[in-house]
Amino acid sequence: MAEFWDQYAFPTIEIVFYIVLIVAPLLGGVAYLTLAERKVIGWMQLRKGPNVVGPFGLLQPLADGMKLFFKETIIPASSNRGMFFAAPMVTFVLSLIAWAVIPFDAGLVLSNLNVGILYIFAISSLGVYGIIMAGWSSNSKYAFLGALRSAAQMVSYEVSMGFVIITVLLFVGSLNLSAIVEAQSGGFWNWHFFGILFPMFIIFFVSTLAETNRAPFDLPEAEAELVSGYNVEYSAMTFAMFFLGEYANMILMCAMTSILFLGGWMAPIDVAPFTWIPGPIWFALKIAFCLFVFLWVRATFPRYRYDQLMRLGWKVFLPISLLWVVVVAGWLFAMDKVPGA
Amino acid sequence: MIIQALAFYLFAFVAVAAGVLVIASRNPVHSVLFLILAFFNGAGLFVLLGAEFLAMILVIVYVGAVAVLFLFVVMMLDINFVELRSGFLQYLPIGGLVGFILLAELLVVVGGWVIVPEATSVAAAPIPPIDQVTNTEAIGRLIYTKYIYLFQASGLVLLVAMIGAIVLTLRSRAGVRRQKISDQVARRPGEAIEVVKVTTGSGI
Repeated sequence: MAEFWDQYAFPTIEIVFYIVLIVAPLLGGVAYLTLAERKVIGWMQLRKGPNVVGPFGLLQPLADGMKLFFKETIIPASSNRGMFFAAPMVTFVLSLIAWAVIPFDAGLVLSNLNVGILYIFAISSLGVYGIIMAGWSSNSKYAFLGALRSAAQMVSYEVSMGFVIITVLLFVGSLNLSAIVEAQSGGFWNWHFFGILFPMFIIFFVSTLAETNRAPFDLPEAEAELVSGYNVEYSAMTFAMFFLGEYANMILMCAMTSILFLGGWMAPIDVAPFTWIPGPIWFALKIAFCLFVFLWVRATFPRYRYDQLMRLGWKVFLPISLLWVVVVAGWLFAMDKVPGA
Repeated sequence: MIIQALAFYLFAFVAVAAGVLVIASRNPVHSVLFLILAFFNGAGLFVLLGAEFLAMILVIVYVGAVAVLFLFVVMMLDINFVELRSGFLQYLPIGGLVGFILLAELLVVVGGWVIVPEATSVAAAPIPPIDQVTNTEAIGRLIYTKYIYLFQASGLVLLVAMIGAIVLTLRSRAGVRRQKISDQVARRPGEAIEVVKVTTGSGI
């Protein structure tokens, strides 16, 4: 019995505790990201944003959540019932499980996978299934068009994202996310953001916008033409799960940007006042900055046309990132900086 | 260890069941989704073997890209389900033959290990043993040294297939107005705008 407790029961309880420790702040972050989005865009457009529910509108996410929770779930009569319910669950679960490998501080990670970055890449490439299943099972042409657009878009931008990740990996020599952050230690000038990888940072950031279906690439839900795209038939909690999943994915992509290019949990300068602030706070600040840029982009740019979106992905980003893999590899070889050689 | 055994039987059972459902389900979209489930369980089995790199690549390449395109095509087809099943008996012999050959090959490989245990040592092992380097590095060192020509050749085969597909489907239609972004960027106000002085009441 004692063996059973030590080997199976206790580790299970421990892992569940850590999962709650990661997921609870994440969902809180998602809730307040929706508020931040409305507030920031409001300020950029000289409006106030939500300011009625609670002080400064701080209880607005709660009110929205309650509303969605008490609404009726409507299932279209000619829909494919099983898949109709599975789609939002797939989206939501996929947006949460990727967080298992994100390192919040040195050693502060749920699962220190050897192939952490491939895991994230695999999970984010699965995100398209939730959308395509939702579009097909709704049996509605708007939803289906939105899903088709989304599938093509996400598959296209993943290619250049993969090449960007390869350039970073050439610098680090490891697929482990903690190792990627450790490689950028010693001050902000060592971050991958500064130096030869800067163009890759831009490409990665724009690709994450496309990957999360955010403006200016939010064609899958283009409200002007597709009403709301793939989730047009969803209501109440099924819709809320899509919404939560989408925003959790935004936070995940910002976390990836911070880990790959902005030094993860590292303080910008490795001296006293900066190192007093713990790593997770630096990490959260970097994520918050990237999220602000997401919102800023949404308030600034008009939506891309679909053929322009495809041109940018295949004819601009793909050749540049492919070329940059060669350039970075050659540069590292010439400078004798190849890791592990 | 018991957890690993349980996980193995779970993955193996779900993989086989999903494989059966791929051919048994009436709706082709469901078939593709079961195929994806089978891929997933294959990836799970790779993880149990300690080959996490292969597991992730399986998910990224097959589930994340190939199966998406598959699903994409299947969803847009207008399929008559009755007609689809009518050719079953016609294709049964050749399908059965392929299945039988695969089964026989698997039996030869696995049976060979059982009968002649030394045969496993003939299989290529990574140059530094797997317990010294991560399996990503091990597979990289093997592919990029011993099998470099075969590896590059397989890349070339895929390139040829891709170019072939593009050549077969590319057609240039007359009368299509294409956006040339370089032309648009190169335009200057002098060639695009004309300032006209209009006298009152006469128009242009």
